Amino acid sequence: MAEIETHDYDVLVIGAGGAGLRAAVEASATGARTGLVCKSLLGKAHTVMAEGGIAAAMGNVYSEDNWQVHFRDTMRGGKMLNNWRMAQLHAQEAPARVMELEEWGALFDRTEDGRILQRDFGGHRYARLAHVGDRTGLEMIRTLQQHAVHRGMDVYQEVTVNRLLKDGDRISGALAYYRESGRMVLFRAKAVILATGGLGKVFAITSNSWEGTGDGHSLAMQAGADMIDMEFVQFHPTGMVWPPSVRGILVTEGVRGDGGTLKNASGERFMFNYIPSMFAAETADTEAEADAWYEDRTKRRTPDLLPRDEVARAINSEVKAGRGTPHGGVYLDIASRRSSEYIKRRLPSMYHQFMQLAGVDITAGPMEVGPTAHYAMGGVKVDAETAATTVPGLYAAGEVAGGMHGSNRLGGNSLSDLVVFGRRAGEAAAQYALGLSTLPSVSEGEIAERSAAILKPFDGGKENPYTLHRELQDAMQEEVGIIRTNSEMQSALGKIDNLRERLGHVQVEGNIQYNPGWHLALDMEHMLLVAEAITRAAVERKESRGGHTRDDFPGPNADFGKVNVVVRHTAGGLGVTQEPLPQMPDELKKLFEE
Amino acid sequence: MPNAHLKVWRGDTGGAYVDYDVEYEEGMVVLDVVHRLQATQAGDLAVRWNCKAGKCGSCSAEINGKPVLQCMTRMETFIPGETITVAPLKTFPLIRDLVTDVSWNYRVAETMPELKLSAPDADGHRRMAQIDIDREQEFRKCIECYICQDVCHVIRDHPENMEKFAGPRFFVQLANVSMHPLDQNPAKATVSHGFGLDYCNITKCCTDVCPEGIHITDNAIIPLKERRVDEYYDPVKALVRKVFGGGDKK
Amino acid sequence: MAQATEVQQRYGKTQRTDRWWLEPVALGAGFLIFVIYSTVSGFNVGNWHYEAGPYLSPFFEPLINPSWTPEWFSPAIFILWAPLGFRATCYYYRRMYYRSFFMSPMACAVSEPAKYYTGESKFPFILMNSHRFFLYVALLFIPVLWYGAAKSFWMPGEGLGIGVGSIILVANAFLLMMFTIGCNSLRHIVGGGLNCFSCTNFTRTRRKMWDLVTVANERHKAWAWASLVSVGVSDLYIRLVANGAITDINTWTTF
Repeated sequence: MAEIETHDYDVLVIGAGGAGLRAAVEASATGARTGLVCKSLLGKAHTVMAEGGIAAAMGNVYSEDNWQVHFRDTMRGGKMLNNWRMAQLHAQEAPARVMELEEWGALFDRTEDGRILQRDFGGHRYARLAHVGDRTGLEMIRTLQQHAVHRGMDVYQEVTVNRLLKDGDRISGALAYYRESGRMVLFRAKAVILATGGLGKVFAITSNSWEGTGDGHSLAMQAGADMIDMEFVQFHPTGMVWPPSVRGILVTEGVRGDGGTLKNASGERFMFNYIPSMFAAETADTEAEADAWYEDRTKRRTPDLLPRDEVARAINSEVKAGRGTPHGGVYLDIASRRSSEYIKRRLPSMYHQFMQLAGVDITAGPMEVGPTAHYAMGGVKVDAETAATTVPGLYAAGEVAGGMHGSNRLGGNSLSDLVVFGRRAGEAAAQYALGLSTLPSVSEGEIAERSAAILKPFDGGKENPYTLHRELQDAMQEEVGIIRTNSEMQSALGKIDNLRERLGHVQVEGNIQYNPGWHLALDMEHMLLVAEAITRAAVERKESRGGHTRDDFPGPNADFGKVNVVVRHTAGGLGVTQEPLPQMPDELKKLFEE
Repeated sequence: MPNAHLKVWRGDTGGAYVDYDVEYEEGMVVLDVVHRLQATQAGDLAVRWNCKAGKCGSCSAEINGKPVLQCMTRMETFIPGETITVAPLKTFPLIRDLVTDVSWNYRVAETMPELKLSAPDADGHRRMAQIDIDREQEFRKCIECYICQDVCHVIRDHPENMEKFAGPRFFVQLANVSMHPLDQNPAKATVSHGFGLDYCNITKCCTDVCPEGIHITDNAIIPLKERRVDEYYDPVKALVRKVFGGGDKK
Repeated sequence: MAQATEVQQRYGKTQRTDRWWLEPVALGAGFLIFVIYSTVSGFNVGNWHYEAGPYLSPFFEPLINPSWTPEWFSPAIFILWAPLGFRATCYYYRRMYYRSFFMSPMACAVSEPAKYYTGESKFPFILMNSHRFFLYVALLFIPVLWYGAAKSFWMPGEGLGIGVGSIILVANAFLLMMFTIGCNSLRHIVGGGLNCFSCTNFTRTRRKMWDLVTVANERHKAWAWASLVSVGVSDLYIRLVANGAITDINTWTTF
């Protein structure tokens, strides 16, 4: 394979969302020759979809806020399953990362005295989210992108990595293809940083874009890295379900905070039937009492604002009981409580989102909403300080890395995660790479074999990749979705096996130039592996906690509260084990004893 | 379910429009119909997309001759039975089907001046008043769909101008640099000089097509032109400079 | 670089299916009618009267009519260059006539006929930068027009009163003022050129002025056309009254 295009780097960053860009900037600044590969055009990564803000305990609005409070909120939100050191570093470093974004050009909304304004969000004790209206992710991506293009790195746009390459135990590069031409490209690298984002596309209803196919999760597993917490998938309770064009797109929690109530098809406010005993003391149990809360925040809260996992489960139960809307959701109604002016002032982007995308006037009628696969808490197991995985030379940051968020992520902690650990990964990978005198070698044989394998979908077969993808999404949505049982998950594992067999007979039309059918066929391999990892981890965790709910094991189990479920890819397939959580030092434990 | 009659460009520069009938449902946008076409009849149909909610700016195309985002063009806006022509952006070199080579924009992006902010206050914070940045925040809504670049006749009809003309998207970025309240970059003073700003004849097509509703012409391009007028063409300012000397430009 | 689907070489080539030609044709026609009318009236072809009672056509305001000018000379020539220059270099009018008359381009995503294009970087269009100068002159004209409007309530020899012509001249002064206030160049002078609005009390005041000008500027097109029509109608009305074609309804007895 002498003719294959080859590039050599100290550090290769895969993914150009918030984490990838920040990692590449840092690696380059540390002195590493850096390459950045992105699956789409630069600046289109899913980070642009983040709305609410970036959580950082700067104390600009409440001076009482500090990293200890943020740390505690994060751990509690994750049901104490988080890697404590990641949560600590995250809370400590997020303010500096936000200030850095400002220095590079980000224009956050301001307080009266000209500092960065912070907003309230679920699970955060103080107003903590630095934001730009409801487009904070776009601001972050554009800032990092404009900063990065002046930092002397090479950017490969619309390039998909198909395999990581290893020299013995350690990483030695990545094999990829240009989506535009279909040609292969070989990156030889001393260190590789995975920053590939999420895996929502294995589910039918998701807020993720086509890119969220879990490539990084799969590449890491194939390379032998340990994965943790794969069973935890955050289903946001309110995604749009209709019209089809917007299925899965988020409806912000702010709608409920500002007076929106959930109703089933017969108009009943069903959330009163789903108040768990754990929250009963602080939740209103009659409509009259809940209505009073909107005007007087000292009253007990409406059950419409229970934690995300509770609401998602309740909506799911209503729909399964046949009380859902014609399109399989429930109604979210703010129009009957609030005036048109109020809604347009408080929720401008929601108003426009429904008006422009769906032709629905939310000031006049209800929205149809349902749970949507939003975020993968699980991912590659990493060292908190360096973001190093269990494979030497391989690093991971952002959504693809696991541990930071435990079993459930708080809103706003994702954007800060990206820049805190993106920077750490970039620096550590660069230092590792600069410590190596020569490039590790790549296997010519493996490259030749992969180059042939990726062309296989062009010859002989009958399976349509789009059909296979749809079937996988439906299986995962139905059987490994919000509510899980062992029998359904076993059924899903069978379907995954079957789909993997059929993927061997996939047929794509056309040629290798910019061919989405072919790209999907190649992504399917990753999605199947990721789907299997989620399912196997979910079978292993015989309890309900955060983003993992078992019908056959309702409620948390103290023993499972002490372990991570670890998935490891071996010659025999995916193996699942349990490993004890890292132990937090006593001075941090004290924070939870108030 | 009704049928949509689509006329879609297939192939590279030697390609042609191909007619398709695709079933669609109420509430769909053109991108949904294109995706259904892809899943059922044309598996290799090349189309860019990401967020499907008008926030990433990937699915730009020309529908019935108008540069738009496919994900924001609802099927209800067409007369039932109307033929819907879906073409790639015509200003940029075609790769295949609906995908064009927009790399020129990324090359221009590399020529943009960087911000260099003044030092933070003693407590580590930078202070900027909301009234000093709200004008700039409009510019930063840009999703880089390049629809304004596509529609701009300066390069659409005269591709040779691409060498000296940055285009509306980048005039927005230059305005962002020019108006930043804390920027100290000496290059700031020159943002209205180069980049082909004077090639713009303010016919406002960029503003007309912007899916983010950014007032590109009135809030970015004209203010940049006016900043240059300050330096060269304002008779009163010239007189003041002559009498009192120096340039008291802020 | 090969262009997609043979980008339009031929004039007017487009895939647009709407009536994209309607606006440039209609606006171009309207503007042309005004240009012809104002030329005929401004040069005072036919020597019609332009003064009637307390009314003076805005084309001639302020009236400068020295004795040394030749017989054929129209006093409007002293005046009209200013509003003409202001409108000719106005950012809105540029959009309109580049589209309607220069077809550069006639409508968005419709190809233009010109082979080469240098925009406003070369003569003659580089002269558009003189808009700032014309703005200063136009600002001087606002009090002059209000003076003319005020004067129209005072009938020499008879005193205070009101007529249809007075109302028209007030409306005209108002519309021309709003058109001038909405000027993009004025928007820049009052505050747009600043990078820090919050720095001093003066810059805060300038921000408020900028906000006000912005409101007017957002409807610059509407004010441009309304004031164009009003100035033409004012001139026509006063000439019709002055030449006896119609009678002004008013409170005076001798007029």
